[in-house]
Amino acid sequence: MLFLLQDGITNGAIYALLGLALVLVFAVTRVILIPQGEFVTYGALTYASLAAGQMPGTAKLALALGIGAFAFDLFAARKALHGRLILRSTVTNIVLPAIVLALTVYFAAQKPPVAVCIALSLVILAMIGLFLYRIAFQPLAHTSVLVLLIASVGVHLALQGLGLLFFGAEGQRGPAVLSGSFTAGALRFTGQSITVYGITIAFIVGLWLFFGLTLYGKALRATAVNRLGARLVGIRTTLSGQIAFLLASVIGALSGIMIVPITTLYYDSGFLIGLKGFVAAIIGGLVSYPLTAVAALVVGIVEAFSSFYASNYKEVIVFMLLIPVLLLRSLAAPAVEEEKD
Amino acid sequence: MSALLSVADAHVAYGKVEAVRSVSLEVGQNQIVTIVGANGAGKTTLLSAIIGILPLKGRVSFAGQDLSRLDIEDRVAMGLGLVPEHRELFVTMNVEDNLELGAFRIERSKAKASMERVYTLFPRLKERRKQLAGTLSGGEQQMLAMGRALMGEPKLLMLDEPSLGLAPIIVADIFRIVTELRAAGVSVLLVEQNAQAALKIADQAYVMELGEFVLSGKASDIAANERVAASYLGFQHEGASVL
Repeated sequence: MLFLLQDGITNGAIYALLGLALVLVFAVTRVILIPQGEFVTYGALTYASLAAGQMPGTAKLALALGIGAFAFDLFAARKALHGRLILRSTVTNIVLPAIVLALTVYFAAQKPPVAVCIALSLVILAMIGLFLYRIAFQPLAHTSVLVLLIASVGVHLALQGLGLLFFGAEGQRGPAVLSGSFTAGALRFTGQSITVYGITIAFIVGLWLFFGLTLYGKALRATAVNRLGARLVGIRTTLSGQIAFLLASVIGALSGIMIVPITTLYYDSGFLIGLKGFVAAIIGGLVSYPLTAVAALVVGIVEAFSSFYASNYKEVIVFMLLIPVLLLRSLAAPAVEEEKD
Repeated sequence: MSALLSVADAHVAYGKVEAVRSVSLEVGQNQIVTIVGANGAGKTTLLSAIIGILPLKGRVSFAGQDLSRLDIEDRVAMGLGLVPEHRELFVTMNVEDNLELGAFRIERSKAKASMERVYTLFPRLKERRKQLAGTLSGGEQQMLAMGRALMGEPKLLMLDEPSLGLAPIIVADIFRIVTELRAAGVSVLLVEQNAQAALKIADQAYVMELGEFVLSGKASDIAANERVAASYLGFQHEGASVL
């Protein structure tokens, strides 16, 4: 029994990270981030490919998206183009991904150490997240939640298709970040599960410090609380959106890198994983970070038990958790009109 | 002397409804300028358009620079501040965080001194430093909204109905602080329904009715105007028309 609990907490920790990213992105940009799952698979498979000495297609995608983002930047500023703006946009959108692509080509040829694989995967995914926001969501920032949701579905489908192209239909596994294991009583701790706990806790503490202590963290919270108020003190909505997407893609990639040594991941595995983070985020009402984290642990534990006792129904059971929560929420809260701004 | 803020022939529309028509206005250095008028005259709409929340047809320039292509954030960084009617505070964050964010576009080394200045202007805020903005009283929220805007070191502060819903003592306090701001070199554009109080402290005044300025001039002259007195100051002169 205890090992199921342990299993559930390991999975739940990852869902917690994903759920937190979803809440963050929604609060700041009003985007329900369905492609979160693709960040997971892209991160995982980029890491696994690199570790196997293969060149991941995601590095090229980052450059292609960067060029797209550059074009969007130029178009948006067409009436007031000036040298500094062009230079800055060129550096972040083209030079940076080009350098990373070159590094990836260089390292992929020689089976780099685990740390290099992780670092490269995170950087590639961070850029993909950032450029996706620029291309798909920033131009729609003023539209309704529904429009943003549809854009989000579109991005998810596109990324999943590209995932098949980049990584093929075969699943992959990556090397463990920490190998070895030890037993304590009835429980066996692998290096990987310790990594999962450690990284999750470190990330949650890191986020807490970022939001609580730094000016940019506070600016992000401010945008989530009151978008107009934030603009009136000079915080750009686009800056907050960029930071939120950057964090979400890094969190997604990191989750993927933590899962892929445990489970074989396919190009389309991310959706279901992301969806479980989403269940947790919904239970947290898409606003509460602590509630989301707790709900994610519950989701992980329920999943672990149901896959042991009724493995055919494990997804059904997990998603059924939503029904009573939604029912309760709809009864407890009066109908809320969509926020206008 | 060139004006700090100058608006010429401005039109602002909500969809098809033109809420502000052909309005021109100037605010000079170290001036308090007030716009008085009834509810729905278009005063808030005009301020929203000057800061960039609503699109404005016409010319707006601030400190000699054309604002038409600048976003809200850039206008704020230039030294144009707005304290909106609904205050738009970060209600789940504490007073100090709200103030700190007010200085988002200011060098961090200067922000500390700004905060001390705001605390001197509003000692109440210092007492409530660690309290969440949403739990403050209405008057304290108004002070926080003004304090937050002042943290951005504005050259011109636009205040939208600062006295709305507040107790008379607090209103007096806020108007006193507005005059202190002028003494400290901050110009103020004050929109008020409480015309009597606004005209008392203002240098220049505009009277707005149904989206247009119907009268403008020195605040003391406007206050003495019979029609204004009848419509907005709440006492009826013999024979004055109420329009």
